[in-house]
Amino acid sequence: MPAVTKKNKKTSSNSNGVPKLKFNSGWEYAPAPESKSHIKLKDRYDLFINGKFVKPSSGKYFETINPATEEKIAEIAEANAADVDKAVKAARNAYERVWKKMPATERAKYVFRISRMIQERAREFAVIESIDGGKTIRESRDVDIPLAANHFFYYAGWADKLEYAFPGRVPSSLGVAGQIIPWNFPLLMAAWKIAPALATGNTVVLKPAETTPLTALKLAEIIQESGLPEGVVNIITGFGETGADIVNHPDIDKIAFTGSTEVGKIIQKAVAGSNKKITLELGGKAANIIFDDAPLDQAVEGVINGIYFNQGHVCCAGSRLFVQESVYNIVLRKLKDRIETLIVGDPLDKNTDIGAINSKTQLETINKYISIGKKEGAEMYQSSCPIPGKGFFCRPTLFTNVAQSNRVAQEEIFGPVLAIQTFRTDEEVIEKANNTPYGLSAGVWTDKGSKIFNLTTKMRAGVVWANTYNKFDPTSPFGGYKESGFGREGGLHGLSGYLKV
Amino acid sequence: MPAVKERIIVPDFRSSPRVDQAGIEERASRFTKRSIKKESKVEGLKLVLSMIDLTTLEGKDTPGKVKQLCYKAKHLLDTYEGLPTVAAVCVYPSMVRVAKKSLGDSDIKIASVATAFPSGQAAMKVKIEDTRFAVGEGADEVDMVISRGKFLAGEYNFVFDEIAAIKEACGEARLKVILETGELSTFDKVRRASDIAMHAGADFIKTSTGKVQPAATIPVTLVMLEAIRDYYYSTGKMIGMKPAGGISKSKLALHYLVMLNEVLGEDWMNNHWFRFGASSLANDVLMQLVKEKTGVYQSGDYFAID
Repeated sequence: MPAVTKKNKKTSSNSNGVPKLKFNSGWEYAPAPESKSHIKLKDRYDLFINGKFVKPSSGKYFETINPATEEKIAEIAEANAADVDKAVKAARNAYERVWKKMPATERAKYVFRISRMIQERAREFAVIESIDGGKTIRESRDVDIPLAANHFFYYAGWADKLEYAFPGRVPSSLGVAGQIIPWNFPLLMAAWKIAPALATGNTVVLKPAETTPLTALKLAEIIQESGLPEGVVNIITGFGETGADIVNHPDIDKIAFTGSTEVGKIIQKAVAGSNKKITLELGGKAANIIFDDAPLDQAVEGVINGIYFNQGHVCCAGSRLFVQESVYNIVLRKLKDRIETLIVGDPLDKNTDIGAINSKTQLETINKYISIGKKEGAEMYQSSCPIPGKGFFCRPTLFTNVAQSNRVAQEEIFGPVLAIQTFRTDEEVIEKANNTPYGLSAGVWTDKGSKIFNLTTKMRAGVVWANTYNKFDPTSPFGGYKESGFGREGGLHGLSGYLKV
Repeated sequence: MPAVKERIIVPDFRSSPRVDQAGIEERASRFTKRSIKKESKVEGLKLVLSMIDLTTLEGKDTPGKVKQLCYKAKHLLDTYEGLPTVAAVCVYPSMVRVAKKSLGDSDIKIASVATAFPSGQAAMKVKIEDTRFAVGEGADEVDMVISRGKFLAGEYNFVFDEIAAIKEACGEARLKVILETGELSTFDKVRRASDIAMHAGADFIKTSTGKVQPAATIPVTLVMLEAIRDYYYSTGKMIGMKPAGGISKSKLALHYLVMLNEVLGEDWMNNHWFRFGASSLANDVLMQLVKEKTGVYQSGDYFAID
């Protein structure tokens, strides 16, 4: 058993003098680890180009580690510009000679087959996703993997119905798509990129994030097994430089990127003046708003899910909480009680609510913001749960006494840290919610239906949730305004990024 | 008891807090995702046993039936050492005397339904007399029903006053107030009824009579636990919870315990503050306990049905 650090339990009272409820004591849940015995992982993975796994030109490999244990899992090939060129050539070849000519219904069959194969190996994918990235098995099993399979199912259905997607227009595919995805939802992001690209008749060169390449590589194995024509999908691993090589390659028709706003800007500059089409899905600093007529316990639950789901590594995370001042004390009390019951620990334990932070770098970033918050004068509150001695972990954190000008209220932290502000009126909160360069998502909590309709049209965010949060579906278009990017993924809207209409 | 300023706050029940159904159901399903294994499972199962109100509420109840039930309450499985007894035996007022004689001086409480259970459709003086009779016969606890008709007609003051009157008639006995959630139809109404019951003097709030479907469910119990929590924080007073009806499997009972653990915390995790209104649950728990000990499931024939 790794050493465990326990924080001193706070036994204090409410403002009435009523003692706080005692959580995380008494009946403890025994470890309930998910079995790893059935998964198949190689010691070393090569690049998937033109239907085969080939060695990197440079012969270089890097390690991917398990962020919960800091142990190495496998060696991963590092692609250089020559490998990128090989992959793009393979994709171009496959596009011109095979994929472009294939009847849409036939294309659909491959996409459908891939989704079935993901489903059949769902448990294996879920366990590997948790080991590689640190997210809890509960989430990878119940959210990531099913949604990934669903995206392939959904877009398989569109392949032969594109003429109905845009009435009066005849859409055609673009060619070769270069796709770069992040580490927070590795397999799901691969599905969001590959499925629509294939369904619309494009071929793909995809680079997974360097800390989470494994499920993309397992997907490559499935793709190989599915008989998809060689070169239609190429998966090459590497760091930021490999991504830059893809972006800058002259024979790419379309770039799709999900990641930080900072890198998104670099990419936009790089493709300016070229013929490349581009969609970007970047960062966010979403406002989650609790009105005084909200069902408070359910709102608190939604806020908790909004920021602590996937350890807060979510672009659309509800990282700014706005509470109407008249219910502030009650909401704060409920938030604090609720975070006491969140279990931080081994991602493979079925009872873990908050898994490992994806990497040492990310943990350092989060801790940096926590100290910035404290220096700025915000009050920090963390739960008292024990955290493992090894691995990268962070307790769920709240900041109160936060103003709009605090850095923790402005900058994306990408971790389990919630900044809480109060507001008095509807107009005030709309203004504050929109007062950000980001515009990806928002949440509204109120029991009054008319307020929902009224408010949501005024939020400058691509996705607005009412009385819920973090709900995704392949039929529902996802994407941002302003510096959260442009273009949509999912639904009918998700097709247009990959078509000339 | 902590020192809390003596203030009697009776809110306007028409503006009880709202409850979002989708949110409740989502939180409820999260409790069922907890995996309770090994030591925590055994500990949980024993706790479940100690929280059961072993119940018989049939028109055809006889002294013989009640005596045998009481024997089972005291001797759940004599071949398994270290088992707790159930918390209480729950019967009609006419059977309280028999139960008291059978239970002797064991720690097991006698709970009696009262107030024209299960419908509650009777004159006030009948219900008070029903209660006094049960208490006089030896009941330690009284499970009353609220007037759902009056509640749905908006007569909250009536419902409040009725509960207060029954509480008075209880004397030393603890009062459980059955809301009959299956007839209240929405979570908002369940919350409202819970608030009324607690402010009027309930020691426990209880979901159902078991005679109407749906009876207890995890979502409706969650609504009531949240009501108890808010009441606790505003008054300092603890109120007990009893889901009743429809809980016959250990796994489900353990999910209820998870919910209790994560909504109200350690102080409620005992039979003074939480009960299961169940009859066949006990045997399923015993079967699970034996399986944890021996590694195999015994046939149902090895567990006495009383």
